[in-house]
Amino acid sequence: MFNRKGQSMMKKILIANRGEIALRIIRTCKKMNIETIAVYSEADADLPFVKQADYSFLIGPSPVVQSYLKAQDILDIAIKEGADAIHPGYGLLSENAHFAKMTEEAGIRFIGPSSSIIASMGDKIKARKTMIDAGVPVVPGQESMAEDLESAVKFADKAGYPVMLKASNGGGGVGMVRCNDEQALTQHFESTKKRSESYFGSGDLFIEKYIPNAKHIEVQIFGSADGEIYHLYERNCSIQRRNQKIIEESPSPQLTDTARSHILKAAVQAAKAVDYRNAGTIEMIVDESENAYFLEMNTRLQVEHPVTEMITGIDLVEWQIVTAQNIPVPITGQHQIKENGHAVEFRLYAEDPVTFYPSPGELTKASFPEGENIRIDFGYEQGNKITPYYDPMIAKIIISDETREACLMKAEKVLDEVSIEGVKSNLPLFKTVLNSESFKSGHYHTQSLQQMKKGEN
Amino acid sequence: MKEIQSSMAGTVFQILVGEGDSVSKGQTVLVLESMKMEIPVDSEQDGTVKELKVAIGDFVNEGDVLAVLA
Repeated sequence: MFNRKGQSMMKKILIANRGEIALRIIRTCKKMNIETIAVYSEADADLPFVKQADYSFLIGPSPVVQSYLKAQDILDIAIKEGADAIHPGYGLLSENAHFAKMTEEAGIRFIGPSSSIIASMGDKIKARKTMIDAGVPVVPGQESMAEDLESAVKFADKAGYPVMLKASNGGGGVGMVRCNDEQALTQHFESTKKRSESYFGSGDLFIEKYIPNAKHIEVQIFGSADGEIYHLYERNCSIQRRNQKIIEESPSPQLTDTARSHILKAAVQAAKAVDYRNAGTIEMIVDESENAYFLEMNTRLQVEHPVTEMITGIDLVEWQIVTAQNIPVPITGQHQIKENGHAVEFRLYAEDPVTFYPSPGELTKASFPEGENIRIDFGYEQGNKITPYYDPMIAKIIISDETREACLMKAEKVLDEVSIEGVKSNLPLFKTVLNSESFKSGHYHTQSLQQMKKGEN
Repeated sequence: MKEIQSSMAGTVFQILVGEGDSVSKGQTVLVLESMKMEIPVDSEQDGTVKELKVAIGDFVNEGDVLAVLA
């Protein structure tokens, strides 16, 4: 199939993911008249994404290593079924450079950047170096890996405690530990090394200075097929538990215009440094004086991308697919990407709201309000089981309105109407956040949620 | 001899008891890390920790023995 310009169009896409993100990708594919192939594990056989895809294939037992991480098996299905492209979603194989390379070599398009960009950003030490060379400020830290405890201690002494000890191949909040003093660093060094070896396949560690009361602000970037790099504004993702985001909003409150334009510019500069293509996110840490530092780049669609879609009106998955077809995105410049109003996302998890431990079980009831400017990205249906094999996110609840104040007021009403039964959920926590002074004022940072839970704010 | 087994594959994130400690039924003895989640492993009975079979950072499979109770 060809479009009017004679460019070949995709007809079939395999989605190498599950749950809500697989469904979300199917939705855009349907809009674009592209057929979808779902692959699923035994645990997911009854999930809506399996039914809604045009074709579905069982790939194996429930654990991810036997199913969703079986790169060759997934690729074989794509080849056999004549898929033009593979969309990896987020997590799982999405930032696996080897999988992207295998896909490219099989003549199938990987919907994302090239395997070499994924590899260069996946190695956090290398990514830091690339950004320093490009003139992008990075969190003060080591330029090379901490060979042993002795060199780590030496560096930490120089930088000053507290420090973050991180796995070079880590990310997403896993494989990092805050060390307040030499004793803590000594205590955590070997275990963090061992954990990152078993978790990420590499025990390389490095040290970054810990920045207190920091905002986690990230910029949505898009590299068009014609080489242009655009930003789609920022998201404030500072409400976190265990270094993982649970509430995100855009635009970020309490950020001066000067700091904001500096952050957006730095993010574009960072993406240009690697000649980025497709959707990506530049994560930054912003300190109390509004200094912004590069943290890492995520070379895929983010969980929280709907926040950006709500304020820009752009379908990021559509742009991803267009770009994978080597067609420039349908705008003539940055000025055409406009932001309208305010959006906030809540990640609803099947987990204990106090300990944050997962709470798998049957979703006996799940109901969400409907309405204008309310978007629910929900990967299950009532009666489905939330199994212990995967991330226990039940749904993403996204709300937008003209102003932040109106948006948060609306959010409170929407959340009141959400009803989840059969599993424990973090729904009560959202109310605590919405009612906290720090969230209301917008002066919140990555430690705020812990403080709210203790009733300190 | 009573054993505490791993409920799933993952990496040992935290060990909350030491050898010689007494544990009660339902008490969390260690925490595994898997798929960005921290998963508690509870003791299914009362007893004393006779032997810890794993260390922080070890990768364990479903069914592996994590600790032996006396």
